[in-house]
Amino acid sequence: MGIHTISVLVENNSGALSRISGLFSSRGYNISSLTVAETDDPTVSRMTIVVDGEETILEQIFKQLNRLIDVIKVIDFQGEPVVEREMVLVKIDSNHSNRHEMVGLGTIFGAKVASVAPSSITFEMMGTRSIINDFINMIKPYGIKEIVRSGTIAIGQSRK
Amino acid sequence: MKLTGAQILIDALKKEGVKVIFGYPGGVVIPIFDVLYDTKEIDFVLTRHEQAAAHAADGYARATGKVGVCLATSGPGATNLMTGIATAYLDSIPMVAITGQVSTSLLGTDAFQEADVVGISRPITKHNFLVKSIDELPLILKQAFHIASTGRPGPVLVDIPVDVSRAVTEDYSYPETVSMRSYKPNTNGHIRQIQRAAEAIAKAKKPVIFAGGGVNHSGAYEELLKLAEYTNIPVTTSLMGLGCFPGTHPLFIGMPGMHGAKAANYAIQECDLIISIGARFDDRVTGYVAEFAPEADIIHMDIDPAAISKIIKVDIPVVGDARKILVELNKIVLPRNADQWNEKVMKWKGVKLFSYTDSSEIIKPQAVVEAVYRETGGNAIIATEVGQHQMWTAQYYLFDKPRTLLTSGGLGTMGYGLPAAMGAAVANPQVPVIDIAGDGSIQMNIQELATLSLNNIPVKIVILNNSYLGMVRQWQELFHNKRYSSTCLRGGTLCNKCVGTQKCQKQYVPDFVALAKSYNIAAFRAEKPDQISSVLKEGLAVKGPALMEFIVAPEENVFPMVPAGKPLDEILEG
Repeated sequence: MGIHTISVLVENNSGALSRISGLFSSRGYNISSLTVAETDDPTVSRMTIVVDGEETILEQIFKQLNRLIDVIKVIDFQGEPVVEREMVLVKIDSNHSNRHEMVGLGTIFGAKVASVAPSSITFEMMGTRSIINDFINMIKPYGIKEIVRSGTIAIGQSRK
Repeated sequence: MKLTGAQILIDALKKEGVKVIFGYPGGVVIPIFDVLYDTKEIDFVLTRHEQAAAHAADGYARATGKVGVCLATSGPGATNLMTGIATAYLDSIPMVAITGQVSTSLLGTDAFQEADVVGISRPITKHNFLVKSIDELPLILKQAFHIASTGRPGPVLVDIPVDVSRAVTEDYSYPETVSMRSYKPNTNGHIRQIQRAAEAIAKAKKPVIFAGGGVNHSGAYEELLKLAEYTNIPVTTSLMGLGCFPGTHPLFIGMPGMHGAKAANYAIQECDLIISIGARFDDRVTGYVAEFAPEADIIHMDIDPAAISKIIKVDIPVVGDARKILVELNKIVLPRNADQWNEKVMKWKGVKLFSYTDSSEIIKPQAVVEAVYRETGGNAIIATEVGQHQMWTAQYYLFDKPRTLLTSGGLGTMGYGLPAAMGAAVANPQVPVIDIAGDGSIQMNIQELATLSLNNIPVKIVILNNSYLGMVRQWQELFHNKRYSSTCLRGGTLCNKCVGTQKCQKQYVPDFVALAKSYNIAAFRAEKPDQISSVLKEGLAVKGPALMEFIVAPEENVFPMVPAGKPLDEILEG
């Protein structure tokens, strides 16, 4: 088993997303995260998919991705230097007595305060998946009301 | 000039060289049928079920190599096409399926006869399109035919809402060419890989060629024959490959796999090199994968990179069109003389690839297939349904020519053969076309007798009637202690469970001969071995369609057999 982050450049049309997600779901594979948005060329979308599974089956899925008519390019970042970022919005139980302490904790992780209410505080934070996981683990004891993660986006470090 | 979407569709089909459409009308395709009413260049064959239209388009495509076209209405019309589309998808058959759709303003509202057809067909098409405006229609149709017929071929579905069919434009031109940045199949094999293949062949002591449907698709028969004869390498072909190498050729060793020839299976298990050309190592071919060809290096030539190392680890992949690769390979491959390896393989082959015990009392199904071969001189196009009769056909009819066996290899679709034969017969009126069927399968699209009769399509139907769903019964006999659960089509006369009970019917229903006659189709029945030849002669001599029923040994089994999950050399033999 291994976690892969892959990037897929696709034609920006209505069927593309379900074609791609279908390749995973038909093999009973769950996608850990998926983000999609237009690129600098509005006719091309870029998806970043994080998936965990057996190497041989993932390899097969990547080949099948390449085979889809809407897919222009598939990049598997396995074993390649890559910049990965994810964003999280997390709303935590908080009141005047512990607010200060929490802001301090957030500062350590580079999380910014996005909004404050009498009984809660909302942080925004960007980082790698693992740093975000660390932050969430630290603040969990205070009581998480709601959490929204964007899913990972990634870009290769090579000069290409 | 003003044109409607429906007129553009038919004009595009003409420009793509479409000669015949198989299909069925319905509410949202009325505008298209209205245009067809005045179209002389394209024949329309009205089937009696949309599934048959898809299979007929598939049979047409397999027999000719051209793109088959079917047409159905929205909702149930489209869903009825799906089994036929999936059948074509698994066997890589070029097809364009046109479906009507409810008006764009009604999409997603559960409108009358609405179904999400692009959603339903997504995993069983090479690609599909929902046409949202008349302006998109010409390019989509051009792309549909391009995608269906190039690279690894496959079915493409185009879903056309009725308001698009009715819309009018003055701005229409059909694209001459098509170029898609996201779809550029690689057809030329990498020359270095071809050199590596030639080197491996030169080094091999015990090589085997394994050819599949890809040789048919790419038209690589002559190149394959040249390679085999120049190198004296024995040739096995998959079910989909039958006919791409002559079945009567001395180097031919039958198909491998579950019901394959002993020679092919032993050769694969003992060889040191497999040269696979356009075959995909289906599980019915490999048996237990971990013990498949344990000694062999594998050269895999395939147009589809995703087929490489999907099932079997490949040593030398060559991605490209089989014919183009073989042309290059034949330039550099070294000749090889027949040696002890050939001798050994030919000893396994023996006088005949397959054998059975004939009877003078009761008709053996294998004897009927052999008689069909004799009576047609091997010059017919043979369609099959799915089951025991399909395997007997693959074993006992020697296919010498490509595109002469139409069979659902991948999906295993019962009910495929009759409509597929219809499609092939429409394409080849000069060639005898025969559907070899079982009594179970034939009933899955029996309504097409009407299409045959009214259009005088000269398909000959040979039914091997054993009163059972024979292949499932065979498994029940061998692996489930003869518990014939729901496989006796007499409602029980033959099985232990129902004998003597009310459920047990003396008379087989339907009476196929009487049924055919009710459709005005000539029909004959043979009940004894000495009637086989006369019934076949009579039936085949009929100018139009004919049905011949053979009452065969009910519990005859298909042998040899490699049970599912066993290695290819663990063979059961009757």
